[in-house]
Amino acid sequence: MDILGYYNYWVFAVLLMIGFYAVIARGNLIKKLLGLSIFQSAVFLMYITMDKVEGGTAPIIQPGAVDQIYSNPLPQVLILTAIVVGVSTTALGLSIVVRIKETYGSVEEPEIFDADDV
Amino acid sequence: MVILFGLFLLTLLVLTAVAIVRTPNLFVAVMLMAIFSLLMAANFFILDAADVALTEAAVGAGVTTVIFLSALALTADRERVTKTGTYFAMGVVSVTVVVLIYATFDKPVLGDPNAPVHQHVAPWYLEQTPELIDIPNVVTAVLGSFRGYDTLGEVFVVLVACIGVQFILGASPPPQAPRGQDEQGLRHHLVPQVVGRLLFPFIILFGLYVQFHGEYGPGGGFQAGAIIATGLILHALLEGESAALKAIPPNTLLAMVAGGALLYTLVGVLGIVLGGNFLDYSVLHSNPVTGQQIGILMIEAGVGITVCGALLSIFHAFAVRD
Amino acid sequence: MTLLEQLPALQVAIPFLAVPLVMLLRPRGFAWLAAVVTSAFVFCTACAMTVHLLGGGHLDYAMGSWSPPYGIELRVDSFSAILLLVITGASTLALLGGQQSITTQIESHRQPMFFAAWLLALAGLSGIVLSGDAFNIFVFMEISSLASYVLIAGGPDRQALPAVFKYLVMGTLGATFYLIGVGLVYMMTGTLNLADMSDRVQAVADQTPILVAAGFITIGLALKAAIFPLHAWLPNAYTFAPHIVTVFLAACATKVALYVLLRFDFVVFQPNLAGHTLQFSYFLMPLALLAIIVASVMAMREKHLKRLLAYSSVAQVGYIMLGASLVSQVGITAGVLHVFNHALAKGTLFLAVACLALRLSSLGIAGLAGAARMMPLTMAAFVVGGLSLIGVPGTAGFVSKWYLISAALAHDSLGLLLVVVVVLGSLMAVVYIWRVIEVAYFADAPDTAASRPVPALLLWVTCVAAAANLYFGLATGVPVSLAQAAAGSLLGVAP
Repeated sequence: MDILGYYNYWVFAVLLMIGFYAVIARGNLIKKLLGLSIFQSAVFLMYITMDKVEGGTAPIIQPGAVDQIYSNPLPQVLILTAIVVGVSTTALGLSIVVRIKETYGSVEEPEIFDADDV
Repeated sequence: MVILFGLFLLTLLVLTAVAIVRTPNLFVAVMLMAIFSLLMAANFFILDAADVALTEAAVGAGVTTVIFLSALALTADRERVTKTGTYFAMGVVSVTVVVLIYATFDKPVLGDPNAPVHQHVAPWYLEQTPELIDIPNVVTAVLGSFRGYDTLGEVFVVLVACIGVQFILGASPPPQAPRGQDEQGLRHHLVPQVVGRLLFPFIILFGLYVQFHGEYGPGGGFQAGAIIATGLILHALLEGESAALKAIPPNTLLAMVAGGALLYTLVGVLGIVLGGNFLDYSVLHSNPVTGQQIGILMIEAGVGITVCGALLSIFHAFAVRD
Repeated sequence: MTLLEQLPALQVAIPFLAVPLVMLLRPRGFAWLAAVVTSAFVFCTACAMTVHLLGGGHLDYAMGSWSPPYGIELRVDSFSAILLLVITGASTLALLGGQQSITTQIESHRQPMFFAAWLLALAGLSGIVLSGDAFNIFVFMEISSLASYVLIAGGPDRQALPAVFKYLVMGTLGATFYLIGVGLVYMMTGTLNLADMSDRVQAVADQTPILVAAGFITIGLALKAAIFPLHAWLPNAYTFAPHIVTVFLAACATKVALYVLLRFDFVVFQPNLAGHTLQFSYFLMPLALLAIIVASVMAMREKHLKRLLAYSSVAQVGYIMLGASLVSQVGITAGVLHVFNHALAKGTLFLAVACLALRLSSLGIAGLAGAARMMPLTMAAFVVGGLSLIGVPGTAGFVSKWYLISAALAHDSLGLLLVVVVVLGSLMAVVYIWRVIEVAYFADAPDTAASRPVPALLLWVTCVAAAANLYFGLATGVPVSLAQAAAGSLLGVAP
């Protein structure tokens, strides 16, 4: 049971790394942003994993229910905020990529660097 | 059973993420990203986070994908794979993963009711919400009132993304012949046309339901704003950019974004004017509980209007360049 | 509730109210005027709070009247006050002088968006400094970061775009690292309020998630603060931003991340984690020393005026970190004081650059030839700012260097080495500032016609900033007492 109990956290760590790897190692700017999205999603998974209570249900109070266990509402609130932050960052990043394509004619990092070195 | 399902979803998530990074076809990568978000949403749902699942599905799988696709249309859909700094990246990544897995062993296991997270602040929210705010959805109560200041900040994050995209794409594009093909939208394709027209009213209706039912069930301003925006984006894809912009002009969208944010801030300031603190809704009505409910209703409306307007206007900013 | 008690909330609420108005009402020049008025107003509220806090103590504010840790708490003390003064002061001066400069760099139809983003950056940075809640800090960090990306992307040169993309990626990584760290601490303590965290971390201080959290938070914020060697985004972002934006961001953006780093570390980790003070010191001191040396060398070799000053900023972050890494009353006083004084010096220098940019065709150092004859006042202000950056007696920069050296001498084993590095760094600052002055004053001017006259307001603002460097070099009372109180509250000693 313990192994299963930590599985979520390991998946979080692995997803985080996959995203992080794409951000560092890929030269394509859109791929970098996709990596950044995976990276952020992994953190969402970590927060939501903590909110779960064994035998609990979503924190919506049911009238009349006695001894109902509810999961933790707070990490959910935080991640609602973080998801919106994530999409905002992605949109802004993509608009910059579009402008880079228009002015440099490329979205590959090495080519952009070369274009300015000349 | 649920645990097995969870394991399956999580493993699938990792596989999808690897595929996203590996494929050189960016169109495929973006579609996989939508699948990734849906899997993530399913995962959130079995972890009891209904509100978050709804948001992830609407924002992550819906709006983000559309924005990525419209950006792809303006850039390139194939990646030229360059292996730069692979070893460095591998090194950094391995160190971080080892550190994170090292950190897991003192963590409370999944679902442990004695974990510190479930001891201190969270039970207070669950106990006090029926008494202080009296709405069933505790997530909405925390989001709208107890941590309403975070949500105000979040509205302004969306707002800054919206004006940022307008500002950055507002620079004049380099001269090139306009492409006329998109003016038609998908009108000449019969199947999307019929299915889309059928879906559209239901999406909007569902969005409105999510907006106004957020106090009782999963939902609220963010989810509703994102869902309605998705519906309107579908409309724009079907009918073509110019028809969509004629229906809701860009300036109206900006007015929505600004108006929603202004509404939220004014509710906050009203708290001060009526003798409370900023964002204190109790003073809005002689009965503090009713005051809280009025406040949450108003700020959720502000959130919904801003999010809907912002996501739409971001979409249009990309789409009109095409 | 008296008005004074409402000031912490108004500090953020006023810009938030102004932003939608700036977006919606767009007659010519209104956006600029609204931005200036808003910025000046929050500068006044910051001053009012500072005056109140001069006697020590702090202002607390419960958002929505929910008491912490259930609601979000704002907490203003001397450390926050000094940062608020820097943020709002830099914003006001830059906006006031910047109208002409912005008009030449940004098309008029994009200006309302630009000023709205400016006000959001202002609100975001102030919000971070005011907040006493770990997650709330993240939200406002994102507001300020996204707004700064927008502002920098306004730079007319196309190189601004890759620069801002790099900043966006590194900034998001940094913020997400911070979020992971906060999540781990929350997981072990069940609270997000910083003061409450400090009380509850004690019980779980030896568990791995807390240790890893300390690491993630430090690295994430170090990315945001451009602490060497994580500064790669900074030089180009500052160089290609619109000139007035550089004035604003160079004065406060990285310092706010440093503020969060220090606050988090000193409030939550240092009192509770065994041996953490030493780790903090051993981890940051070498980085601080390397930053001073390496970034100063880069600045000496740089040919572009703005990038030279940007590298110098990386070095100055090193001085601030050096002061903090001594973990002593005098050391932290020196660090906090340097936040204030460096903002004055760098603000003045970048304002002078904005003046120069209106007249000169290029900001390469070679292009400055004859600038002193053409624009004597601007160059005089540049010299004053440069002297303050170097730390010449009589200027503001001297005061913080003085405190830094006396703190370093009090260090047990490494005292002399630290002093040598500080002096060496200052000597290198002499070299790179002199390179600029030499060309501007002594090189022969090419016969190019002046393009535009510098508007009187910008010149006037630049001179005021330069005069402030001299004023705070002599009248050291207010900043020093604020910095001492800040150091006292960080170390947990009553001031």
